Amino acid sequence: MATTTSSTPISDWRLRKRLGTILTYVAMTLLAIFFLFPIVFMLVSSIKNSETQVVTDMSSLYAFIPHGELGIQNYFDVFGQLEFGRLMLNSTVIMLVTVLSGLFINSMIAYALARLRFRGRGLLLGVVVALIIVPFEAVAVPLLLLVNRLPWFGGASTWLNSYHVQIIPFIADAFSIFLFYQFFINIPKDLEEAALVDGASLFRIYWSIILPLSRPIFATVAILQALASWNRFMWPLIVTRGVEVRPLTVGMQSFFGQDPRLWGDLMAFASMITIPVLIIFLLFQKWFVQSVASTGIKG
Amino acid sequence: MAETVPKAAQEPVPKRVGLAPVRASESLMAWLFSAPAIILLIIFLVIPFVMAIGLAFTDQRLIPNPNLPTQIIGLRNFTRMFQDEAFIRGLLNNFYFVVVVVPVQTSLALFLAILVNQKLKGMNYYRTVYFAPVVTSMVVVAIVWTFLYNEQGLINAFLSAISFGALGPYDWLRNTKLVFPAIMLLSIWQGAGFQMVIYLAGLQEIPNDLYEAAEVDGANSFQKFFYVTLPQLRNTTIFVILATTILAFKLFDQVKVMTDGGPQNASMTTMLYVIDQGWGQLKVGYASAVSVVFFLIVLIISLLQRRFLREERQVE
Repeated sequence: MATTTSSTPISDWRLRKRLGTILTYVAMTLLAIFFLFPIVFMLVSSIKNSETQVVTDMSSLYAFIPHGELGIQNYFDVFGQLEFGRLMLNSTVIMLVTVLSGLFINSMIAYALARLRFRGRGLLLGVVVALIIVPFEAVAVPLLLLVNRLPWFGGASTWLNSYHVQIIPFIADAFSIFLFYQFFINIPKDLEEAALVDGASLFRIYWSIILPLSRPIFATVAILQALASWNRFMWPLIVTRGVEVRPLTVGMQSFFGQDPRLWGDLMAFASMITIPVLIIFLLFQKWFVQSVASTGIKG
Repeated sequence: MAETVPKAAQEPVPKRVGLAPVRASESLMAWLFSAPAIILLIIFLVIPFVMAIGLAFTDQRLIPNPNLPTQIIGLRNFTRMFQDEAFIRGLLNNFYFVVVVVPVQTSLALFLAILVNQKLKGMNYYRTVYFAPVVTSMVVVAIVWTFLYNEQGLINAFLSAISFGALGPYDWLRNTKLVFPAIMLLSIWQGAGFQMVIYLAGLQEIPNDLYEAAEVDGANSFQKFFYVTLPQLRNTTIFVILATTILAFKLFDQVKVMTDGGPQNASMTTMLYVIDQGWGQLKVGYASAVSVVFFLIVLIISLLQRRFLREERQVE
């Protein structure tokens, strides 16, 4: 066998290529284990009913093996004691309102910038692009001072501890506007011009011509904004107090800070934040990857 | 990366042949369409930004004391922060993070992208796995890894097993030398998949005939990588490096959850310091001054990025 492989250059080349492929798969599998083990560890720990077992298993391969008394006791605990349902509702409401209103408002201005002729258009576009550089982190503290004193309907004199303080500041987003703008300028104009000649209003053109043609960019922006909203932590941490309006991230951190730390419950909590996003990610994987790839345009 | 910002800004609006010139109603509609976004951006980004610069020179507090009105104190906030060990520690940690995480994460991401870009079976599954941490909330990641870093936890067990008991156990998050590298590791774990996808997009844009030409010239895989792949990925690499650097300066979530800057400020970061001063200790003026320094750092990085990318375009 050894003599035949080395005797002809072709089979030698084939053997080497085969060896290369095997090595590639080994490397990729090891990397896959590295990227997967904390997630598997979290999911497996969360279904072990006994806290003692979770802790004794944590230092061996048993950590990855569902064994012993399995069940959803930890999930029950989390739902029962922690108002988990409330936190989940808060995160969902905040995310949906932020993303939907953001899609509308950011695409509207992008449409105006890409298609309409008006004085100040170039300046406005320049300002939007410049604003991409300003990170939210740089304005968080003065914004805290500002929202602390902003009035709201019904006589409230502060925005703190509310849904809207977690939604309204994140609706308009310079980078989303830029993504929409880039997409819109590449749409052929024929259809719009025909509609314009037919006397369609500009809003009608935006709504029934531009929107249907722009589904990919809407999906991209929606995914980026939804992920950002779902995972947002610093701002809700400093502007919310009670469980009534808090999102999951802040609720989880405060649960984590309580003594004693019940790892089984914590892993169940963590799994419940992660599983919905993972499922949505697996279903719309292509879109997720495309969204992230599109952030590469930035700059 | 093809479309350039300045080019877009300068691009003249094409004339619509055969239609009437600018209509007043079109102008009005344009401003109506833009108004909601403009108003929101002004209130929640521009005004706080201007406030940050103004407040940086005052001793404003979040809840002002009626007996002690806010005063303008000149540059005192700035001189004070550079005398505060916690701030300096935080800033140095951000640089420490950049120096370690940026090269490691960027090369790991490129490696992953090249692996999953091969035309082999099952590549999609591997890509999915490498990307999964990206969609996992950082707070969740921080808590799971705190568990893994436990003194009796999995990471110590693993180290002990591969070193036949010579290494560990370490108390990762309470050890001033180990805490920050520990946080770096999980940050790389969470972020590499994001950069991988950007590299993947870059790889797929490289024209195949470049590789074919290299093969005709007898180039081996390494030569193809160094003389075709890397130069073609120049723009992507600049983007990835600078974006990761900016993220490194924003470092907050995982540190807040895992250590809150401790022990003894060993894992302090600039953003942690800003929030601790502005929200924890209500010193809005002082925290604004730190925010301004933070912004200047991010601005310099962003300008470097735009400059590098522009130079590349001019060469082409």
